[in-house]
Amino acid sequence: MFGDNIDTDVIVPGRYMKYSIEEIAQHCFEPVAPHFAKDVRPGDFVVGGRNFGAGSSREQAPAALRELGIAALIAESFAGLFYRNALNLGLPAVVCKDAKRIRDGDRLELDFEQGLVATPREKLGFEPIPPHLMEMVRDGGLLPHLQKRLKCRTTS
Amino acid sequence: MKQTLAQKLVARAAGRSSVTPGEIVTCRVDLAMMHDSGGPRRVKPMLERLGAKVWDPTRVVVITDHYVPTFDDESRKIIRLARDWVREAGIDNFYDEQGICHVVLPERGHLRPGMFAVGGDSHSPTGGAFAAYMFGVGATEMLGVLVTGEIWLKVPHTIVMEFDGALERGVSAKDMMLFLIGRFGMDGGEYQAVEYRGAAIRKLPMQERMTLCNMTAELGGQTGLIASDEVTAAFLKSESEIWESDANAPVLAHHRFDASELAPQVAAPHSPANAKPVDQFLSIRPSVAYIGACTGAKLADLRMAASVLKGRKAKMRLMVAPASALDVKAAEADGTLTTLRDAGAEFLGLGCGICAGYGGNVLGENVVAISTTARNFKGRMGAASSQVYLASPYTVAATAVAGRICDPREFVH
Repeated sequence: MFGDNIDTDVIVPGRYMKYSIEEIAQHCFEPVAPHFAKDVRPGDFVVGGRNFGAGSSREQAPAALRELGIAALIAESFAGLFYRNALNLGLPAVVCKDAKRIRDGDRLELDFEQGLVATPREKLGFEPIPPHLMEMVRDGGLLPHLQKRLKCRTTS
Repeated sequence: MKQTLAQKLVARAAGRSSVTPGEIVTCRVDLAMMHDSGGPRRVKPMLERLGAKVWDPTRVVVITDHYVPTFDDESRKIIRLARDWVREAGIDNFYDEQGICHVVLPERGHLRPGMFAVGGDSHSPTGGAFAAYMFGVGATEMLGVLVTGEIWLKVPHTIVMEFDGALERGVSAKDMMLFLIGRFGMDGGEYQAVEYRGAAIRKLPMQERMTLCNMTAELGGQTGLIASDEVTAAFLKSESEIWESDANAPVLAHHRFDASELAPQVAAPHSPANAKPVDQFLSIRPSVAYIGACTGAKLADLRMAASVLKGRKAKMRLMVAPASALDVKAAEADGTLTTLRDAGAEFLGLGCGICAGYGGNVLGENVVAISTTARNFKGRMGAASSQVYLASPYTVAATAVAGRICDPREFVH
C-alpha cells in the first residue's frame, strides 16, 4: 500500500537505469520502502493513491514491478504515461476510486470483465480497462501483441 | 463544430475533419524522437525480436543526452549502441552530444506547427510550444510507433490556463508553472491537453513558452499547447501556419490569472507541487545552486541567470549544465557565459546532467540545493537525503549570490 503521487524516481531510482531489469527490480521503491523487493511475492498486488507513477517515461518502473511478479496495480488514479507503459508491458493497472479501502495484507480477487475487486470485507468497483487495451494485456503486452499481428499479416 | 487546438491537431493526424474528446482514435505519427536511455538500447532488441524495420527513418530523430558525457563502461556501451544503431537503421537525424533532446529538436528545425509527434521522454510536451501535438511514451510504445507509424489516443479535453497582463521583471515562465502545479497539483492536468493563452503568454519568447509546455509534465497533462503566431514563425525562421483553437470551442476548464501579480515561486522538497511564493523560503541556505536541464538551462535561462549574476560573485557552489550546443555558442557570443564564469560558475558537459540522476554527477548525502530543473522527487538527483528546492534561473542565481534563498526582483531592477 502506497500513498498519493508515488513517482517513478521512487519506484526505480535513476542511478540504476543503466543496469538490467533484474538488477533494477532489486531497488524497486528503495527510497521509501527499502525492503520491498525482498518482501514482495509473485502474485502480490501494489495499491496506490492518486496519480501513481508520476514523473518519468522510464518504462523500467512498471517493468520492475512486472519483474517482481506483481499481478496488478490498483490505484485511485495513475499518471497517464505510466498507465500506458504498464498496459504496454502486459501489467494490468486498474483505476479504483475506493483503493484506500484496501488494507495491507488483504487477499484480493480481481474481475476484469465486471470491473470488481473483492477484499475480505467488500466488493469495490473499478473502471474496466478499455477492450482494445485489455486484448493487448491478455496477449502479454504490446510486443507479443504486435508479434501476433505481424504473424497474421504474413500468413493471410 | 468548434474545435480546440488539441482537437484540430489530433483530427489532422487521425485523418478526420473533427474529433470528440473521449473517443479513441488512431493517429499517424509525423515525428518520433528518442534519446539514448529510452531509445536505441531498448527498441533495437525488440525490433530484432519482431524482425521488423523502422517504418520511416526520415521521421525519426535520435539525440544523445542522458548518458553523455560518458563516465563509465556502461554509459560508453549505451552511447556506442545508439551510434551503431542509427547507422544500421538508416536514421540521418542523429544529434550526438549536441544538447538535450527537447531543446535540440526544435532548434534544428524538426518541429512545425500542426505536427503530431511522440517522444521517448516525459518532457516531450515541450514540443507543444510550437503548436504541435507532442507527448511522451515509453520504450515499448515507441517500438509500436517505429513498427506501425501509428499510435492510439483518447482525444483529450482541453484545460485552458490564461494569463493576462505581463510578468514583472525577474519573474518567468518557470514561476508560472510552479504556481500552477502548486495550485492544481501534479495531477491537475488530468492527462488532458493544457493550453496556455493570454496576453502574457503571447509576450513570452519561444524558449520561455517551451518551459511552460515542458513542465506540463509535472502538471500531469498529456501535452501542453500554445497557438502558433509570429513569435513561432520568427524562431523557426520561416512562414508557419497558424494553428489555434476556435473562439468559444468548449473546454473542460478555463482558469484566468493576472501575470503582473505573480511573485517568484519556490517548490520545497520533494515535490514541484510544494510551490509557494519565494518570501516563504528566505531562511533556507542551500550549498549548491544548479542551473541545468531542458527546463532551466536554455539560452533564455542562462541569460536570466546572467542578468542577476553580472558583476557579482556566487557565495556557494554554482554549477551550470547548458541545454544545447547552439545555445552555448550564442551565450559565448553575447557574453552570457563570461558573466556566469566570472560569477564563479563551474560548467558541466552538454546533456541532462544532474537532473536525470543517471550520470557521474549526483548530489551527495544531506546536500541542500536550489535548482532550475523540473523535479525534486526524493533521491532523483542523488542521495535520498539530499534536499532540492525548485526555482527559476533568476531565483537560483539570486540565491547563489545572497547565500540564502531570496527574491531576484531585488537584483534586476
